Amino acid sequence: MEYFIEAFNKALELMLSCDSELYGIIFLSIRISVIASLISTIIGIPFGAIIGLNRFRGRAPLINLINTFMGMPPVVIGLVVYILLSNQLGLLGPLRLLFTPTAMIIAQVLLATPIVIGLTIVAVQGVDPLVKKTAVSLGANGYQLLWLVIKEARYAIGAAVITAFGRLTAEVGAVMMVGGNVRFQTRVMTTSIALHKGMGEFQIALALGMILIVISLLINSALDMLRRGRGMDH
Amino acid sequence: MGQIFSIENLVKEYEGKRVLKIEELKLEAGKITGIIGPSGAGKSTLLYILNGLETPTIGKIVFDGKELENEPGIETRRQMSMVFQKPIVFNTSVYDNMAYSLKLRGVPKGEIQNRVLEIARFIGLEDKLGQKARTLSGGEAQRLSLARAIIYKPKVLLLDEPTANLDPANVAMIEKLILHAKNEYKTSIVIVTHNMYQAKRLSDNVVFLLNGDIVESGESAQVFGNPRDIRTQDFIEGKMIY
Repeated sequence: MEYFIEAFNKALELMLSCDSELYGIIFLSIRISVIASLISTIIGIPFGAIIGLNRFRGRAPLINLINTFMGMPPVVIGLVVYILLSNQLGLLGPLRLLFTPTAMIIAQVLLATPIVIGLTIVAVQGVDPLVKKTAVSLGANGYQLLWLVIKEARYAIGAAVITAFGRLTAEVGAVMMVGGNVRFQTRVMTTSIALHKGMGEFQIALALGMILIVISLLINSALDMLRRGRGMDH
Repeated sequence: MGQIFSIENLVKEYEGKRVLKIEELKLEAGKITGIIGPSGAGKSTLLYILNGLETPTIGKIVFDGKELENEPGIETRRQMSMVFQKPIVFNTSVYDNMAYSLKLRGVPKGEIQNRVLEIARFIGLEDKLGQKARTLSGGEAQRLSLARAIIYKPKVLLLDEPTANLDPANVAMIEKLILHAKNEYKTSIVIVTHNMYQAKRLSDNVVFLLNGDIVESGESAQVFGNPRDIRTQDFIEGKMIY
């Protein structure tokens, strides 16, 4: 227990130290996860809602595939993105994105989008079928119905976004692989923790872990407040 | 007045089982037609087919002089509206619920406001416009559902047991609103109801369905006062066991 208390004190010390490297790591972590979450949300919600709302040939296998991708190991995603972006092997090699924050965002988008799509499908399917029938009977066209269903399922869809964001802030394998954990460039909280652990600096690693948890808590609380606030909005 | 709906040789089957068979049925425009019959008679199925929410297995439906396609286009659908037995309100304010169908049609904001206020006063919800619709009582929610369905003055209003499980005061208010739509908006109304008294009170014409077939149809006074078929009489008198 004493070890954890010391790590907690260390975390406080680090936070109050105004160390530019630490704050750079924190802000890069937040920036990458927030941008990736936003992109995943923009792609995932409409796709999820369309799949959840419509019946078409191949829907069941498609949902199975999405569910499989929801549980995809990050290192596999990281490896695929690494190959795609690598100079020698990849189609996107000439863009020279490997070991940049952009590469990390691409990997994270690939990780989070299936989560947003999959959970949006579940959320949309949870909307009372009579709500959809009512909207259609009142004259809603396809887009208007889609928008209504997204609004009706907004609490559950908000939870999907929070889940995806949580997965991204905790992610280490993919960002390590495509970001390379380059100091001052692509080092984020999770890769930093892995690095310190590798160097045997367990207490610093633990302190960084505590800071990461606090940051995640603050961001999730903000997202949750936003979600609830919107729900109460008339 | 002419017909709003004309049905010919309509059959609806679910997994090979026939649930509705109508050789011919004409529903008069500007009138209230009551569809009565025991559970499982095919009343709601008929309503769903008229609204385009279900497609008939075979058959022809003419709506307002034009043959209805299997999946009616948006312009056709926007001339109708439907209210279900279960009150359905969207997870927004009472105002936004009432305004929904007008917003769908791109009605200007000022006009939406006037029409919402007018109908809200009519159904006694003017003090609750800012309230979340899901906090309304069952009766209020059904009043709201009906108001939302008639606010754009549809050509046809389809009602599936709109007053089931409601208290007498709310039933009276809903019936007043139905008659308002008929008299003021000249809306043709088809109402499915289990309540014989309600069918008698509201309907100009009545259709009695049994096991997917029309047993009898005609003017309300004739069907209730002098039924031609013994099964209709049994049903009206509550002797039919179902």
